[in-house]
Amino acid sequence: MIGAITLLLVFQLAGEVIARGFGLPIPGPVIGMALLFLGLAIRGGPSTDLRNTAQGLLQHLSLLFVPAGTGVMLHFQRMSDEWLPLLASLLVSTAVTIGVTAVVLRALIHRTRIPKDLP
Amino acid sequence: MTPRLGEIWVYLAASPLLGLTLTLLAYQGACHLHRRCGGHPLANPVLLAVSALVALLWMTDTPYRTYFDGAQFVHFLLGPATVALAIPLYAQLARLKRMALPLLASLVIGSLTAALSAVAVASLLGASKATQLSLAPKSVTTPIAMGIAERIGGLPSLTAVLVITTGILGAVGARYIYRALKIEDDAVRGFALGIASHGIGTARAFQESEQMGAFAALAMGLNGIMTALLLPVVMPLVLG
Repeated sequence: MIGAITLLLVFQLAGEVIARGFGLPIPGPVIGMALLFLGLAIRGGPSTDLRNTAQGLLQHLSLLFVPAGTGVMLHFQRMSDEWLPLLASLLVSTAVTIGVTAVVLRALIHRTRIPKDLP
Repeated sequence: MTPRLGEIWVYLAASPLLGLTLTLLAYQGACHLHRRCGGHPLANPVLLAVSALVALLWMTDTPYRTYFDGAQFVHFLLGPATVALAIPLYAQLARLKRMALPLLASLVIGSLTAALSAVAVASLLGASKATQLSLAPKSVTTPIAMGIAERIGGLPSLTAVLVITTGILGAVGARYIYRALKIEDDAVRGFALGIASHGIGTARAFQESEQMGAFAALAMGLNGIMTALLLPVVMPLVLG
């Protein structure tokens, strides 16, 4: 487990260094994820240790958002001033985004599949 | 308060132990409740835990900073967890290759829909410009969204809250949208949820299936990159 955690931190660190070094707008951990994905593709898959550690960490992904989420208490003032546009915008936009993306992707997959399914 | 209790309180207030323990306790309690409700999406663990903590901090007059000094150890794990998303993603490699083009096209459309629909509704209802700009990156994972908000002239800390709220709304509501639109493929369900609701949507997707989680993780990562590239160009055109 320590080996897997070390590996994850090394990739995060590499991502962080690349992001800052090149002044990229993408955060270090996302670059680290891309690098690890590349590494797995080259190596042909994760070790059992890495797979188990990742699974353990991702199973409780929700927990990791709790500290940042609690920061909502810092913005009660602005949120009570502009609650209607904020709430409406978040509700409408989230629903529309999920719906539009899902419908578009479903249609596109269907479209690319048809020629393959033909005899 | 007796002197002894006062001493204990001074220790607890200065040490990160209390904030950290409270975060874990709130989360455990929230998960327990979530299970008791049969995994109903309205009993979202993030929503329940955050509500409990905000109520507690508010009642005890504890500043968020003091709490976060302890909770930051949990917060820190977001970094390695993001990197770890490469593993479920890799498990879907074969499917990803087959679906590369449809995924890329839906990514661009989804990314623009997320930002523009949020700004359009807020602007129609008369939100201030700073609020509109803070709303634009709301579908992107917190660290990227805060960076984008700063670049386009929004308020990064407000964006963080809007991002989390968006995540919870998507995690709670997605199943109703999928039912109405008859979306059954776990890959599509995961991808759309990841585009709209980043990490919290991804966490929810992993509760449903590994495949849905992997596609949500992919969408979250790609949308972070895509939005970071698009918004600094698109927002000046939209808001003038």
